[in-house]
Amino acid sequence: MKRRNLLVGLGATLLAGCDKIANTKAGSSVLGAADSLQMKAQRLLNPSQELVPEFSPKDISPFFRGNGSTDPTNGDYPAHAAAGFANWQLDIRGLVAKPMSLSLDQIRALPQRTQITRHDCVEGWSAIGQWTGPQLKTILDMAGLDPRARYIVLRCADELRGTPYYESIDLNDAHHPQTIIAHMLNGAPLPVRNGAPLRLRVERQLGYKHAKYLTGIEAVESLANIGGGKGGYWEDVAGYQWYAGI
Amino acid sequence: MKRHALSTRIWHWLNLVFVTVLFMSGLTISNAHPRLYWGQWGFAEGQQWLSVPRFPDWMVIPGYYNLAQARAWHILAAWGFALMLLFMWVAMLANRHFRRDIATSKREWRPANIWHDVVEHLKLNFDDVGSKYNFLQKLAYGVVLGIFLPMMIATGIAISPGMEPSFGWLVQLLGGRQSARSLHFIFAWSIVGFFVIHILLVLLSGPRRQISAMIDGGHRDEA
Repeated sequence: MKRRNLLVGLGATLLAGCDKIANTKAGSSVLGAADSLQMKAQRLLNPSQELVPEFSPKDISPFFRGNGSTDPTNGDYPAHAAAGFANWQLDIRGLVAKPMSLSLDQIRALPQRTQITRHDCVEGWSAIGQWTGPQLKTILDMAGLDPRARYIVLRCADELRGTPYYESIDLNDAHHPQTIIAHMLNGAPLPVRNGAPLRLRVERQLGYKHAKYLTGIEAVESLANIGGGKGGYWEDVAGYQWYAGI
Repeated sequence: MKRHALSTRIWHWLNLVFVTVLFMSGLTISNAHPRLYWGQWGFAEGQQWLSVPRFPDWMVIPGYYNLAQARAWHILAAWGFALMLLFMWVAMLANRHFRRDIATSKREWRPANIWHDVVEHLKLNFDDVGSKYNFLQKLAYGVVLGIFLPMMIATGIAISPGMEPSFGWLVQLLGGRQSARSLHFIFAWSIVGFFVIHILLVLLSGPRRQISAMIDGGHRDEA
């Protein structure tokens, strides 16, 4: 019965070993490699300018759920919310030729894109909503990206467990036609629950990449010195995948 | 009983490892939002067609609730699973395993033959029927290799937002993203169902001979 012992042994090793493997350097780099292979395969199969399907108004879900921060209480966010975000500013900074600060009126005056898309949370649920705002590309073109810039970091007003939320995407996603800085949901100003007054829509990725309560857009060469160095709040605190296309 | 080809044996055991990792990490992913919906969207209590029980820690990878790590294992094992399934299909078409041993003939679909096969199974008589597999075996292996396993890949692609631009048609075909997620779950448990019956029949038909045949190929034409 040597073979059976071998099989039982293999099984037990698998169950007990996964956790240990994941916590070793080699193990986590294999897991990371699968993730980056995943990103390359998806980029290969989905041309960079191709759009995700958009829906019709009748497909919009009756309520748009919020996750993570749904009512930030830190810093001067509550004061901004009480004032209807009249003095909100979005800073464009980092590796750009012309750093700038845009008011909500200036953002609303830019060419707008409206899209009805499906939002997929990493937990598994989905909701459909109509989003309106300028394309991120329009804003980056106004500021003039430096050739060294490789990532766009989204700075947020909210904190989770005392740590500021942030996210980052690469230029492929930043330049995608459906990547917008949304200020409206279903034809009304963005509710606080869904990221008022500004949130990112990056439609080919999961919900945690769609940073809410945006205060800044920063062009950088590397993510190593931002936050915990992994490119986003959930990536830093819990090891979520930086590329969330699956 | 004819020998198992080396390609079949390699695929069989590697597939067992990949499917096990996928299933156990999948249970953690199920625990993250244990409700299943039909259509494109669904996010709240009351919208689901099924509330899934929470799976205990001993059943899941990594052994406790950690969605990020479960997803990492799921993505890694999915690559092995998909590439090995492709390998197995190429191998069994090339070495004629599929046509010779798994594809069924019209004659085998006659009710009398199916009935005979069911009766022989109930009598636990698994003696050779001339071909490598009997009708119910061919049907089971054909459905698993041709439907259950490929559907895991198709529904997995349909759940992925990064695949939406090129595979939006697939999401539509499957009835929406939440339907695809529900089907992913249904086919995963269908594979578990096959696994249970498969193990049971191996145990009833001489486990020692069956398992060693899947390791070293088995003896040539014993019968």
